[in-house]
Amino acid sequence: MEKKIKITINGETVEIEPGTSILDAARQAGVIIPTLCFHKDLCIAGNCRVCVIEIAGQKRLSAACATPCEEGMEILTNSFKVRNSRKHIIELLLSEHNADCTRCYKNGNCELQNLASEYKIMTQDFIRLVPFKNYTIDMFSPSIIKDDSKCVRCQRCVRTCAGLQEVNALTVAYKGDKMKITTFFEKTLNDVVCTNCGQCIIHCPTGALVEKNYIEEVWDAIADKSKHVIVQTAPAVRVGLGEELGFEPGTRLTGKMVAALKRLGFDAVMDTDFTADLTIMEEGTELLMRLKSVLVDHDPEVKLPMATSCSPGWIKYIEHMYPDYLDYLSTCKSPQQMFGVLAKTYYAKARNLQPESIVSVSIMPCTAKKFEANRPEMHASTYRDVDYVLTTRELAIMIKQAGIDFVKLEDMHFDRLMGESTGAGVIFGATGGVMEAALRTVYELVTGRDVPFENLNVTPVRGMEGVKETSILIENPLKEWSFLAGVELKCAIAHGLDNAKKVMDSIVSGESDYHFIEFMACPGGCLGGGGQPIPTNPEIRLKRAEAIYAEDAGMPLRKSHQNPEIIKIYKDFLEKPLGEKSHQLLHTRYTTRKRY
Amino acid sequence: MSNNYQLKRVDFIFKNENDWEEVLSKNLSHTPQELINELISSELKGRGGAGFPTGLKWKLSAEAVDETKYVICNADEGEPGTFKDREILSKVPFKVLTAMAICGYVIGAKIGTIYLRGEYFFLQPELNKAISEFKYYCDEIKFDFTINIFMGSGAYICGEETALFESMEGKRGEPRNKPPYPSSYGYMGKPTVINNVETLAHAYTIFNFGAKRFYDLGVQYSRGSKLYSVSGDTPKPGIYELELGMSLSDFVDEFGDGDTKAVQVGGASGFLVPRKRFNETTIGFQGKLTGISLPTGGSMMLFNSSRSMFNVLDNYLVFFNEESCGQCTPCRVGCQQLLRGIKAVKSGEKNAQYLDKLLRLAETMQYTAKCGLGQSVANSFSSIVENFREEMIY
Repeated sequence: MEKKIKITINGETVEIEPGTSILDAARQAGVIIPTLCFHKDLCIAGNCRVCVIEIAGQKRLSAACATPCEEGMEILTNSFKVRNSRKHIIELLLSEHNADCTRCYKNGNCELQNLASEYKIMTQDFIRLVPFKNYTIDMFSPSIIKDDSKCVRCQRCVRTCAGLQEVNALTVAYKGDKMKITTFFEKTLNDVVCTNCGQCIIHCPTGALVEKNYIEEVWDAIADKSKHVIVQTAPAVRVGLGEELGFEPGTRLTGKMVAALKRLGFDAVMDTDFTADLTIMEEGTELLMRLKSVLVDHDPEVKLPMATSCSPGWIKYIEHMYPDYLDYLSTCKSPQQMFGVLAKTYYAKARNLQPESIVSVSIMPCTAKKFEANRPEMHASTYRDVDYVLTTRELAIMIKQAGIDFVKLEDMHFDRLMGESTGAGVIFGATGGVMEAALRTVYELVTGRDVPFENLNVTPVRGMEGVKETSILIENPLKEWSFLAGVELKCAIAHGLDNAKKVMDSIVSGESDYHFIEFMACPGGCLGGGGQPIPTNPEIRLKRAEAIYAEDAGMPLRKSHQNPEIIKIYKDFLEKPLGEKSHQLLHTRYTTRKRY
Repeated sequence: MSNNYQLKRVDFIFKNENDWEEVLSKNLSHTPQELINELISSELKGRGGAGFPTGLKWKLSAEAVDETKYVICNADEGEPGTFKDREILSKVPFKVLTAMAICGYVIGAKIGTIYLRGEYFFLQPELNKAISEFKYYCDEIKFDFTINIFMGSGAYICGEETALFESMEGKRGEPRNKPPYPSSYGYMGKPTVINNVETLAHAYTIFNFGAKRFYDLGVQYSRGSKLYSVSGDTPKPGIYELELGMSLSDFVDEFGDGDTKAVQVGGASGFLVPRKRFNETTIGFQGKLTGISLPTGGSMMLFNSSRSMFNVLDNYLVFFNEESCGQCTPCRVGCQQLLRGIKAVKSGEKNAQYLDKLLRLAETMQYTAKCGLGQSVANSFSSIVENFREEMIY
């Protein structure tokens, strides 16, 4: 380890590791330097200049985020010069910003607003620049609204889209006063490679990028007495929702969330975890079928590795970027869409409801789910399978609007029929979760024994490493699966589209010999999704993941095939995994898309 | 005093190009350390305007440990009122190529690139010819050094060294954060020496005649000669090689039309000097003990009394509104505020005191902008408003 260096911050001596940025050193010393373009997930830009500080002996100020400490530096974070400059910069940003805060979706959760409030920018002497510019609002995407008039050009979205996700839908164009964040040929977000993952939204400090919200539509449906409004909640929502409602990150609030949804007036509150378990039944069986076709029948039409298909951001990504590899995708719909189609078929029949009277709402940690629900193929029930998709944030807004004192709510249970789940369904919310859930079921299906990990915890697939790999040797399989004897099942997990790209490139080049790969579009999996509470950062995502695994550990049933409602639905309705009805309702096809 | 004073004309740059082969092979027989010492003792400073000691720049890159290093000649001459590099590259290209090769030898680089301003495409054929002739000679003496041309695309900001690297790497031309500096992390993340065209031409002079002949010119802190691009209200616009350290009044006596009201030193990003300060202002690098010393990349624009300083400033600010890269707040928004601000004061929408607020903003821009350009865009505003306030208002 290198020797620590000494610096002073506002006169106090601090010892820090060499190479530490002034911003981090100050944070370690308990000094807060305001930032705007800085984000822990992203590379350093140093372009907003809000974090400027003074270094003794230098005439110019330096950006604390982009300047490494050097031995003996005397740093002032609140000098006359710093304060005046910083205030100027905030004023400049506000002069270029459409500061119509009361009519902004991000009102109350805006970093620029916070800065303005901290520095008490009461007067606006500088000329307002917004009226001179030809701003447009891009509302064509079913997931994302982009309003350039609120953009502060911090490029967090660009760094997210290019660096974190390697999608490059958003980019910088023009220079000087015309510099803006836009897309290829300034097309709408709906017409470019955008995967709707929403990572740009949770990294945007202002209201320039927000989700398209369907709150009023859902309120209207609830108010409509002729409608039976049902709601499903994704696994990651229950561990994120609390952050919007005053709880610490990683607080598990399943019971309260269910209670709140009932108070909001939903006619039935059920669980996406149920269809997560169902997905495992279908996808696990599909994997075994593919293994058989490849290993035994040598069918050249069947492709391995099989890639998961739960993440709609990932699906749109592969459709754009690797259109020749769509056969590698599992044909299973995502749990949301499985739920949607069953709600208007199985549930409607069981409850004796007309499918057209059902309004199906889903609460998702995801903005790409809004796009997914909108896909033309998602009408297997002959109706639109999922009518409205709300993000975790939108649910929190509804809870606040309804005046629900969330803290005081008593825990409640999901409604029956599609509300029961196992720990395997819960962990879908974390990266590696689908893989772990699948292994728990597939291994047992093939060998009749538990997956060979202590307490069913397949630890190699957990954690925040970008690409994870594991393999399981199949020994002494049941007679039916004897062709798998001695096969080492090779699995990989990628989360964040930059990691997905790495794995896909290794498949394209032929380097990898995986059998099964889990892909999630967002860092950390769904718990880090673009519909989750803002802010996000690696620590918050870690806490949410801990909560997910704690939830799993606390479940009485932890393997999808044990779920009694799953057993029931196969008995009463679907008959068997990959059966005719499953094919009709639970499986889908993919669309080849262009890159531009 | 003007009648009997003669500005010291110098004639180094545009002369004696034909001995480049000799200069090259002669210098390659020295050790890199000797060459660096020679350059350091000449006290040559960067001629692009920033004035970083060239010898030190080469030394830092020479000391950086890396197998791959680069030499880049910055020929993105974009500062309004500057046209000297074009002349150097068309008249004495071999001087520049030779100095690049010597630099490559000193720091251990095998590739040199000329980043040529997009609008100078017409220089390309001749320059390419010179490059192949140069390469032929290098091969002959078994010296491994290759020079190529990279065409810029017309963005002013790409003259900023790190934005230039980004542009060469195929990215959007935006300045990087410093540190790291080019000497350790330049083009492609490799140690890079990037010098202005004129700096390299002077380096050639030094390697040809020795540091002393160069050092003997100029004044303390500002050694050697400098090319000036003289334009504006002058009977003899053009390019002149003069000693550094001259006073502005001498300059105006020589080049003015008898009615010079102000001189813009250093182009749009430089400072405007009004007549009353001609005497106390010298042209050279900062560090002089008395008076005002202004650096310039070579642009000297003279204005006579027929010129409206409001229009001059308006013109500069329109330029910066277009040519700021737009990434950092002080430069992007600051330029817009300055431009709209002076218009608002002129039209009476804002009162005259608003100029004081803008002057404070200009100071913030100097302190906080990310790159050298951003830090200097407000120079012309401050110096014009401070000296010609009434012209801004009425």
